[in-house]
Amino acid sequence: MPDARVSVSPGLFGFHGGLHVEDRKAPACDRPIADMPLVDEYILPLHMHIGAPAIPVVQAGDRVGRGQLLARPDDFVSAAIHAPTSGTIRAIEPRPLPHPGGLSAQSIVLEADGEDRAAEPFEPWPDYREKTPVEIRSRLREAGIVGLGGAVFPTAAKIATANPGGVETLVLNGVECESTISCDDRLMQEDPMAIVRGGQVLLHTVGAERCLIGIEDNKPLAVQAMQAAIDRLAAEEDERRFEIKVVPTIYPAGGEKQLIRSLTGIEIPRGRHVTDYRMLCLNVGTTAHCWRAVVEGRALTERIVTVTGGGVSHAQNFRVRIGTPMAKVIEAAGGYTQGVDRLLMGGPMMGFALHEDEVPVVKATNCLLAMRPADRDPTPPPQPCIRCSRCAEACPADLLPQQLYWYSRAEQLERAQDYHLFDCIECGVCSAVCPSHIPLVQYFRHAKTEIWYAERERAKAEHAKRRFEFHNERIERQKAEREAALAKKRAAIKAAQEKKEREEGGETAAEDKPAKKASGAAAGMSIEAARERARARKAQAQQTRESSDATGSSERGGADKGEDE
Amino acid sequence: MWMAILLAVGLAVAFGVLLGIAAQVFRVEGNPLADRIDEMLPQTQCGQCGYPGCHPYAEAIAKGEADINRCPPGGEETIRNLADLLGVDPKPLDDELEAQEGKKVAIIDEEVCIGCTKCIQACPVDAILGAAKQMHTVIEPECTGCELCVEPCPVDCIYMVPLEEGVEAYRFPLPESAHPVITRGIGPRSGEPAHA
Repeated sequence: MPDARVSVSPGLFGFHGGLHVEDRKAPACDRPIADMPLVDEYILPLHMHIGAPAIPVVQAGDRVGRGQLLARPDDFVSAAIHAPTSGTIRAIEPRPLPHPGGLSAQSIVLEADGEDRAAEPFEPWPDYREKTPVEIRSRLREAGIVGLGGAVFPTAAKIATANPGGVETLVLNGVECESTISCDDRLMQEDPMAIVRGGQVLLHTVGAERCLIGIEDNKPLAVQAMQAAIDRLAAEEDERRFEIKVVPTIYPAGGEKQLIRSLTGIEIPRGRHVTDYRMLCLNVGTTAHCWRAVVEGRALTERIVTVTGGGVSHAQNFRVRIGTPMAKVIEAAGGYTQGVDRLLMGGPMMGFALHEDEVPVVKATNCLLAMRPADRDPTPPPQPCIRCSRCAEACPADLLPQQLYWYSRAEQLERAQDYHLFDCIECGVCSAVCPSHIPLVQYFRHAKTEIWYAERERAKAEHAKRRFEFHNERIERQKAEREAALAKKRAAIKAAQEKKEREEGGETAAEDKPAKKASGAAAGMSIEAARERARARKAQAQQTRESSDATGSSERGGADKGEDE
Repeated sequence: MWMAILLAVGLAVAFGVLLGIAAQVFRVEGNPLADRIDEMLPQTQCGQCGYPGCHPYAEAIAKGEADINRCPPGGEETIRNLADLLGVDPKPLDDELEAQEGKKVAIIDEEVCIGCTKCIQACPVDAILGAAKQMHTVIEPECTGCELCVEPCPVDCIYMVPLEEGVEAYRFPLPESAHPVITRGIGPRSGEPAHA
């Protein structure tokens, strides 16, 4: 099957660079999607999407049903998390993540009860056409829909940013250019109607006039199935907004900007988004889930995962509940083969090696790739860059990877940004074509995260500085206020004393006048004296405070200051 | 001869006046060099450099009174940046000072705290919350890890713990230092918690 190709649609524009990669989708792409059996424990990291981590709304000990909300989105760019099955929340604690650095993060741990009792919280909307775009968007947000192509950007936020200018063209991305992944391919073959119906929901939501579905020419069965679904809708409902565009198989044709360029010829400039050009691009799997969330009222609790590679016995696509430990998925695929030494999440180009296989399947997990040394291209040690510029010719983002390499390597991060480091999509084409085998993308990832880190540190330092300045200002102000209050009090006492003296000395009228004359000077002197006394008292207080430190008892003067906080 | 002298004196006076006016008109508030140095410092306000806060230290460096290697929280990176800015050679951290391993944050053992407010007074960034005879607690995101609250505590209930920075602060290593990641947990399960 993989050799069979359909003819490429006419009138495509193509994109710069790219790479022909060896197709390794078989045999997983020829086998139907299997349902992953339920497991005992699910781990749901609170941060498995782009944006702010979700905030848990359940506690340890709570019983939940499938689809019940476990964590709510915290921000505009954030996503809800739902229970993948029914059971009891066991803990909310740090658990290892599928992360290139093998880090851990807060996760909800759900112990399944095996009943898989549904608690779908959403009302199905078969009449979604009567709902406003805002209602549908908030449904997508509540249902935890994120981009399932791998970027996991919250779909509701993406649509919201597209809406102000309106959307002309909806692009459904069925390209799936990574050489081992076939989850979208299988979905298009097995459930094309959900995708096209989801497309209808999205067309209604964003008010677009047409929908292009991009599919690579190495997926003839998917193209056929999708075409059949479109033809059926055309016959039944006179739906004529859909059109399939078959694109040539060049990695990374499935990149958002690359696909838009191929289909429309529009090159999205640096710093702009696809949505700025009245287009919206969503993965086909995401689209199918939009349909389920809106029309069937189901939250995102499962996704299709390609389990493949020479390191696994029975490569296949699985419908996996989010949170299932990867080791269990591998088991369902017949377990590891002899000699497996690496497990990747994602494809061979953009995926990363996992530190362990007890980490959960998250919303971004499109592929689990188990590898033996024989499955990998040999990676000879890197040689010096010879400035052949092959990377620049191949870069689909039109960057100059070798310049970026120099600056990233020398930690000249500002210069790297001048060469538009952040336009790099980390597709790995430059590393693959490099005759010196320099792992260019690793340098770029390093530089990007270093820049983010430095920015965060700068912001934190700035914040601390402001707080320090405010702290000093407050201390000064409080000191001044205390002194002013003290002086006022002293002056009042002095005045009362003088008044008393005057009354007492009423008989000695002769002395009255000079005394009054001198009172101004005396007052000034008395204030001085009062200050002197206050200072002495302070010093004494300091001494007692120091001595009380040893006994550990709290001290009145300090306590007063504390109450000022 | 006199003409030449007059001309020279006249020019000198004219330029003097001009420079004087320019100094008034284009006056720069503060010390721009000290501000740039201050930006490079970590703003922990810990005072380990011997100055009461980062800005006074920055001013002392700008005046040439202090060396650039007296900031333990900034570590080597800050010294390197300062050396770059000032055009001097980087040098190791001053021997008197103790190098700091990673970032820290203060934690108050709330069971032990007697509510004396001494740490509150010591905190340069107001990151400790509490009142007299009430237990205190550290607002962690505001804590700069300066350790100034540790010493005043009469019951030693404040600890400095390494700051856990979370996933967002992850930095990909440079490939040279990156060793290939070997998958653990494959083959017979060891049974121990995977994240230990």
